[in-house]
This record gives sequence, C-alpha cells and structure tokens, in this order.
Amino acid sequence: MRSPSPVVVHPPGRMIRLLGVILAVTAAMLGVFALSASPAMAAEGDPYRISGNVQLDGEPLEGVELVIDGPGGKQTVETDENGQWRVSVPEKDEYTVTLDEDTLPEGIAVVDPEDDSPNEKEVTVGAGGRVSVNFFIGEGERNVTSIWDQFVQRTVQGLNFGLMLALAAIGLSLVFGTTGISNFAHGEMVTFGAVAASFLVSAGSMALPLWIGLPLAVVLSAGLGLVLDMGLWRPLRRKRVGVVQLMIVSIGLSLAMRYTYQFFIGGGTTQLPYASAPKLSFGPVQLSWIDIASILISIVVIVGFALWLTRSRLGKATRAISDNPSLASASGIDVDYVVRVVWIIAGGLAGLAGVLYAYYRPGIKWDMGAQILLLMFAAVTLGGLGTAFGALIGSLIVGVIVEVSGLWIPDDLKYAGALVILIVILLFRPQGILGRRERIG
Amino acid sequence: MDWIQILSNTASSILSPATIGYALAALGLAVHFGYAGLLNMGIAGFMAIGAYGYAISVLSFDLPWWLAAIIGLAASAVFALILGVPTLRLRGDYLAIVTIAAAEVVRLLFLTTAFDDVTGSADGLSGYHGSFREANLLPEGTYGIGPWTYSANDWWVRILGLVTLAIAVFVVWTLMRSPWGRVLKGIREDEDAVRALGKNAFSYKLQALVLGGVLAAAGGIVYALPSAVSPGVYVTSLTFFVWTALLLGGAATVFGPLLGSLIFWVLQTFLSNFLPALVQAGVLPFMTQIQAGTLRFILVGVALMLLVIFMPQGILGNKKELTFVK
Amino acid sequence: MSSEIPAPTEPTTDAATDAALDPHGMPAAPVERAKTTGLHVGEAKPGVAKVDPIIVADGVRRTFGGLTAVDVEHLEIPRGAITALIGPNGAGKTTLFNLLTGFDKPNEGSWTFDGKSLSGVPAYKVARLGQVRTFQLTKALGLLTVLENMKLGAKGQLGERFWTSLIPAVWRSQDSKIEARAMGLLAKFKLDTKAPDFAASLSGGQRKLLEMARALMSEPKLVMLDEPMAGVNPALTQSLLDHILDLKDEGMTVLFVEHDMHMVRHIADWVVVMAEGKVVAEGDPYTVMKDPAVIDAYLGAHQELDLGVVTGRVTAEEADPTTDAAASTTVDAADLANAGMAEAEAEFEPDTEEKKK
Repeated sequence: MRSPSPVVVHPPGRMIRLLGVILAVTAAMLGVFALSASPAMAAEGDPYRISGNVQLDGEPLEGVELVIDGPGGKQTVETDENGQWRVSVPEKDEYTVTLDEDTLPEGIAVVDPEDDSPNEKEVTVGAGGRVSVNFFIGEGERNVTSIWDQFVQRTVQGLNFGLMLALAAIGLSLVFGTTGISNFAHGEMVTFGAVAASFLVSAGSMALPLWIGLPLAVVLSAGLGLVLDMGLWRPLRRKRVGVVQLMIVSIGLSLAMRYTYQFFIGGGTTQLPYASAPKLSFGPVQLSWIDIASILISIVVIVGFALWLTRSRLGKATRAISDNPSLASASGIDVDYVVRVVWIIAGGLAGLAGVLYAYYRPGIKWDMGAQILLLMFAAVTLGGLGTAFGALIGSLIVGVIVEVSGLWIPDDLKYAGALVILIVILLFRPQGILGRRERIG
Repeated sequence: MDWIQILSNTASSILSPATIGYALAALGLAVHFGYAGLLNMGIAGFMAIGAYGYAISVLSFDLPWWLAAIIGLAASAVFALILGVPTLRLRGDYLAIVTIAAAEVVRLLFLTTAFDDVTGSADGLSGYHGSFREANLLPEGTYGIGPWTYSANDWWVRILGLVTLAIAVFVVWTLMRSPWGRVLKGIREDEDAVRALGKNAFSYKLQALVLGGVLAAAGGIVYALPSAVSPGVYVTSLTFFVWTALLLGGAATVFGPLLGSLIFWVLQTFLSNFLPALVQAGVLPFMTQIQAGTLRFILVGVALMLLVIFMPQGILGNKKELTFVK
Repeated sequence: MSSEIPAPTEPTTDAATDAALDPHGMPAAPVERAKTTGLHVGEAKPGVAKVDPIIVADGVRRTFGGLTAVDVEHLEIPRGAITALIGPNGAGKTTLFNLLTGFDKPNEGSWTFDGKSLSGVPAYKVARLGQVRTFQLTKALGLLTVLENMKLGAKGQLGERFWTSLIPAVWRSQDSKIEARAMGLLAKFKLDTKAPDFAASLSGGQRKLLEMARALMSEPKLVMLDEPMAGVNPALTQSLLDHILDLKDEGMTVLFVEHDMHMVRHIADWVVVMAEGKVVAEGDPYTVMKDPAVIDAYLGAHQELDLGVVTGRVTAEEADPTTDAAASTTVDAADLANAGMAEAEAEFEPDTEEKKK
C-alpha cells in the first residue's frame, strides 16, 4: 500500500509527543463532554416490555403478526396459542404498534370508527417499563397499504437514508483514497455531529436556535477532523506506520470515542427538537418537513462537494493524490496540506450526516454511528474504494436496498441484507461499480 | 473501600471462564493473523457460532453436552469454509471488511425474531446446563482456597476450559514448529513467493482459517458454559477486545494470546471493581458509578491504539519479528 | 546439446564442455563458457521451431482493459539452454512470465511445459511440475530465517500436511535431510554463515542469491528468473552470472528477463525479443542484436532518447575493459540500440517499481 508522506526521520521525542497527543485528545474529548452531562442511563440489553392480547369475541387468535417500531429498530412478533404477544424494547419511549391485518382470519379486521388507521397505535413505555396494547377486532374492512404504495414509500425513505449515508461515506472514501486508512472510527465522527448538535440545541444545555446550533455542530465536527489529523494521523504518517496498523489504530480510536460518548450521554436515546414532526402525505409517500429538509440539504451539500472536487484546484489535487500519491507529491502538490483538508471535509460531512441521521432514526445514541459504519463500508466498496462518486452511488443503492428489502425480509434483518450484498460485491467485483481493476504482478 | 473484595475479585478473574474463553479465541486469532497474516475482524462471529451451536444442540435437539460441543466446533469449521473459499483471495483490508460484515450478519441472524423459537432472539438462550453438570466428576461441594473458591459446577467449567486450552496450546505450538507452520509464516510474508515454490497457499490459508475458527468457537463455548448465550455479547466490540488481548500478548506467539487475555481480564475486573469503589469513596466526584464502569472501555480503546503504535510485537513477541509487515 | 551448426561468432571451448559433464565439480572460473548452439530448426525468425522445446506457447493473449499486454502467436523455449527474454519497458515480458507460471490468466491461448498442457493450471502446480520462478522485486520472506526460507523450497515434505505435521516423528528425518541439502546450497551461494539470520537482514544482492538458491531447493527442470541482476551490487554480478551458468551445466533450462545487454550476450544461448506484447525477433545473441526489428523496437519505443546520450554512452563502454572484444570492435546500430536502452532503463526503472507496488 501507499504511504503518501515523504520520508521523515523522526527524533526520539516524537513518540513521546505522539503518546501525549493521544492522551490529550482523549482528555479533551472528555473535557468537552463534561459540560453536557445529561441523565438517561439505561442499562444494556432490552429491559422494557410491550405486550398485548389479540382476541376475537373472547377466542384467542394465533399467528397474528404485529410490527413494533421505535427506538431500537423495528421488531416483528406473532401471537401465541393464547393470542398473546410481547416484545422487549430498549427505551422508555414512544413506539408504534401495527397489526398486520393480512394475518387475521378472512373477513376480520381491526375496527375503530374514531380512528382512520385503527390497526396502528402509538404507545409510550412509561415509568413502569411495561405497557400493553389492545386492538378492537371484529368484522369489517381492512386498512391495507398496497405493496406498490409501500414500495414507493420505502424507496423514497431509502433515498433519504442513502443521501444521508452518502454524506458520511464520501468522507470515508476520500480518507481511504488519500491516506489508505480504512477508518473504523468514521462512525464515531458521525455520532460526534449528532452529540454536538444535541449539546448545542437541546433545551437542557445550550439551547441555541436550530439554525445556529446545527451548522455549528457541523463546524465542530470539521474541527474534530482537523484535530484528529493533527493529533493522530499526521504523526502516524510521519512515522510511516503501515495501513494495517493504521486500521487497528482507528479501531482503538473508535472504541475510545464510542465509550467516551457513552460516558457522557449514557446508554439511552435523546431526541433533537422537532424529531417527531408530523408527516405530510404526498400520494403514497409520507414525509415530515424534517425529511424534506434533510433530502434538500444532502443534495445541495453533495452537489457543492462535487463541484469542489471537480472544479477547484484543491479538489483536483485531492483526486490526483487518490490516483497516485507519489506522482502527485512529485508534481508539487502539498500532500500533507491536502490530506488535512480531506480530514476536515470528512469530519464536517460526517457530522452533518450525524445530525441528519439523528432525525432519521430518530434519536441520538452513543453507538449510532457504529451501527451504520458497515453500511458506509458497504456503500464505499460497492461504488469502488477511494472514489467519491462511487461512494455516492453506492450509498444510494445501499439506502434503497436496506429500506425496500424490508418488504420481503424481517425488518430486523434489513442491515444483514445490505451486508450480504457487500460481501457478494467484494467477491465478484472487488473494484466496485466505478472502480478500475488493478493490474497484478 | 473494600480492598480485600476488590483484590479477591481481581485474583478470581485469573481462572474465570471469560479469561479462558478469550485466551482460546485470541489463540485462534493468533493463528489467523499472527501466523497466516489473515486480517480476521469477525472473530466474534466464530465465537457466536460455537456458543449458539452448543446451546441449540442441547436445547432444540436434546443432545448430550459433549456432542453439542463438537457440533459447535464443527459449525464454526463450516462457517470458516463458507467464508474462506470465496474470500481468501481478497486483499488484506478487504478481508477485514468482509469478515466483520459476515460476523455482523451472523449476529443479526441470531438476534432476529424470525428464528425466535430456536435462537431466543434478543433474550438469547439459557438453561442448557443439565447434561453438562451431570457429567461433573467432582462431588457436590465447594473447593479451593482464597479467591479461587468455587462450587463443584464452577470448577467443572474451569477444569474443562483449562484442559481445552492446554490441548489448543499444544496443537498450535506443535504446528507452528513444523514445516506446516513454516509454510504458513511464509504465506504471511509473501503469498506469491510461497506459491512459486509449489505450495497451495490458498489451501493453507483455508486450513488456518478453519483451525483458528474452531479455536475461537471453543472459546465461545467456554465463555458461555457457566451461564447463558446472549446476542448482545457477540458485537464487533468483542472482536476488538480479543484483538486487544492478542496484540497485548504478542500476535505471532503461542503464549502471547494467553498472557494477553489474562492481563486484559485481570485489568478489566480490577478496574470494574476499583473505579466504582473510588466513586463511592468520593475520590472521583465528577463521575457516577456507571460512568466509572464505562471508563474502562475507553481505556481499552486508548490501550489498543498505544499498543499498535508503540509495541506492535506485543509483550512476548520478538521486537525484530514485527507482524505488521505490509 | 548438439553442436552441428557452429556458433556464428563465438567458438566453443572444450573446457566448458567438460564442466558441463561434471555437475558436481568446482564452479568454473570467470572465463567465457561455451554457448549451447543448434537449438532451432530452420531460419531463426519469431516463433521458430526448436529441436527440443521445453515450453511451447500458442496464441497466448492477455489484455488489460483496452491494452494488449501480451500477444504471442507461437513461441518455443529450447531445453537445456539459457534463453534471455528482452525488450523495452512495457513489452510484456513480466506479464508473459506471469502467464507461463500460472500467476496470471490469459484471455486466450494455450501452452505446454514438458509436453503437459499448463492452461488453467494454478501457479503452485506449475511449480510442482518443475518450473520455478523468481520475481523482479525480490520476495525473500523477511521474517523467516535464511535457513527456513531454503527449507520452504523443498518439495514433497511430509511435515507440510496438517495432520502429519502434528507428529514430528513422521517428518523429522526428512526435515534433517532437507536441512543438510539447504546448508549445502547455502554454502555454494556463500550464504551459509547467514543461515540463522532473518532474511530481512540480507542485502539486496544476497536476497537475489537466496531467492535463486531457494528456487533450486525444489530441484526444478526450468528456472525462470525475472531480472536477476536488477539492484544487485556489481561486486556480486559475476558470482550471480556463474551461478546461472552452473544451472545449465547441471542440466537445467534457464529462461530469464534481463535489461543488461552485456549480461545477455555473456550468458544467453538464445534471445527472444518482445515489443508491444509480440515476439519481434529470435536468435542467438550476436545475430539478434543486429536485427533491424530489434533496433526498431528499442528506438521506436524510446524516440525521446537523445542520440547524443546514446553515442556518449557507447564511447564510455568502449573504454570499459569488461566489454567483450567482438562487440567493441564494431560499433554498429545494434550497440546503439543496446546502449540507448540501458540508458532508458536507468531512467524508467523507478517508475516501473512504483507501478508494481
């Protein structure tokens, strides 16, 4: 693999300084978050329960499917022979329970004249940690969404998710292209954006207005990219540390950052303002204005980034380094400077993705970035390692696959589907869709 | 602060099934990475398959414990083959991404409610101890001295774990001093050179992947033997922790993984007792006890970074024989 | 080794023939040794048939994207001789090497080694058949000791199978024999004192020697050397050349890629010239260097070369006492081409290395 930095003889003091810097970065992160200590300390595992009983005229109905959606992801459950069902959920929070009417006996539906979607119920897991949900079942007309409408809805959702994923994946791809690092800590850079946003705009802490707070969170994230490059990655480049070592360093960094977030925000989920904005209907598609804003922001930023990459001197230099670092260096490009800019951009884009992801999930959690890290890798590999445009296309494909595959496979396996695709792609076309095949020998 | 309790718990962790389980898994990883140069980032998946293979065989198929253990190991070997046949020709860092993704797929398959009847989904599996405890050769009672005082059942787990570990160490030690190990180390250095000498590099890598995978599965079984199998254990963090233990001891050594796991767990146990005690004693006023518990994981991450940068050969490794050659 | 047709320029000396008959004798002194002649049938042109070919390739074509790296219609490599594969950068020499040894797969074509078809045969099986190769960028296994490197080369080791390796009693005696043979070879290559050291501690030239010695551990029929002289300290050059000549004396066939024309002239019995993936000329070293197609290939590939530099280089070489008389007496176009290429190599070598990474 390549090592873009010029040969530098490092004095003995450098290692000590590097060590100092790592400790300092960790300490600084601890310090920043000490200001925003928030409560919410859920234990590990899923301690809370939502349960219910599905009966028709006192007779239990077996094999009726219910979907429970909310923090911790979608879960599907079936009623047992007594018509009972229960699921474990990780948060004391709002959940949507949907009864799949296709699994009811013929001619039977959930009926409630006062509700236009009686098979869907919102519940809140309260202080007791347990809540039960019951549906009125009787003869009547079903509320079904046609598979086509679901498909459209999920595709739009998938595009939204894919655009958000692209913001994160582009940075991951740029960093890989210019430095050769498979950065496992990129998920934590995403989380950083969300956590910083929460710190800046939450009512409990700084309570800044959204229009200042959220951009500021992105700026802070870009700053994190800069700090990481100056404090960690550049010294390691100088030391000519190999790519495998760098990868494992990034794993250590990922662990350290991830648990630092948990240290300060705990194991629970917190929400940004307007996270539960009402949905507006556009034909079969339901979107909140937050979703629409998220899509628009992603598109504007990605287009802006694309212009920068293709038009500006610096963007061209970045592509030149991805192509051939030694040649770029020999042509007078300041590789170190460009790589630093790449880290700043990667940090900023990851932070923005974090803010948008906090709305998409919805919620901010200490390991939210780590949850989508492999999807980012999937997107980047799908598009071709090290090419920014490949990362964009890969992200859109992964986003849509993740959402749409939920139509056919259980929702809690939808990430698994994307990962299987990642594995298959690596096996048959390791250079990705847009990548070039490497010459061997 | 109850120093006796803290030190006793710490000393007890030397013989804990977790330590033995990590040592086995780290030894498997040493075969993968230290000797064969395979960047396996999915060791948690192998451990999960071992543990679930064991638990499901007992619970769903009513098999005796020893047969269940063999099935757990065999399942891991099959997983290694399925994973290895297509992926072993990939470049190092691609292999890392494929293995970590495969391990996540495995975990999600155990976690999903779709197979709840067999896997227990989020609740995991427990209550598979019957036949294992019946086979206990020790009479009922409590044995041992000081911090190492355990019940007959606890001793049974530890004894079998240690016997497994001893066999595993012997096998790996013998292999790595044989011409087979020489070929494997050659592949780690330069696969093409070894192929040019008439060795089927792919076959050796596959054998190494299966051997290491079986060892990791044994580790997963020992880890799960005393209590339960929970899908929350087999997350990517577990993989990273095993890597930390391995790199701490020395990746290209036989006893390094053992020493690394021992230090890892002794320190973990000590910190998980000591830090909250400090908080309780009011020494760390800016921290809650839960935060003190999280702090030790932050330290694992920092330790992993420092290790890789400053001591990549590990404690027992030869300074000249750095394993990060590429 | 038939000698019906006399060598065009160099006479055959009886001393060298004696050395060939005695493979266990002392290595020959650095004197000119006999060329093997009478290798081909009919006129020496690209694709000419050989009296006793060890490799026969037909229609081997390999493309990378739109670029055709190798397009060889017909090629035969003579047995029991030293054949040089030369050509300007990017001519496809290393790619052809990779194809012949199973390290790369051609888009189409077939080839045989010792009468056995090698199409689709993986690299390790090719090596087991007795066709071993070395690499342009030396692949010493740095973190194995020199002795371990050598022992790795031996074929058919019982201890290399998983289950038998667990029982040392099965393989120990075989391993000792292999070790004895390895030490013998190391002594011959003057590396025996380095046996317990990590290969990473060797110099570039020593690594080349080790790689060659390691290849010999497998008792090959055909040794393929990819730029054996690249990066070798001039002090070691003569001993490396002698080792290559010894291979032939011990009954092996040698095929090598080389840029150093003096070396090619010095040791090669037959020369195959490639340009743009095709074989453009074949023949004995003295005739082939005068072939207009060869001059075209080199000058055509490097039109940017300054002829002044080329002529300057020739003058420098005339003064060089190691240059053989036959070549120095007549400064012809072949020498121009030859020298120009050497210059070009010096210029382009780092770039090639970069690409290989």
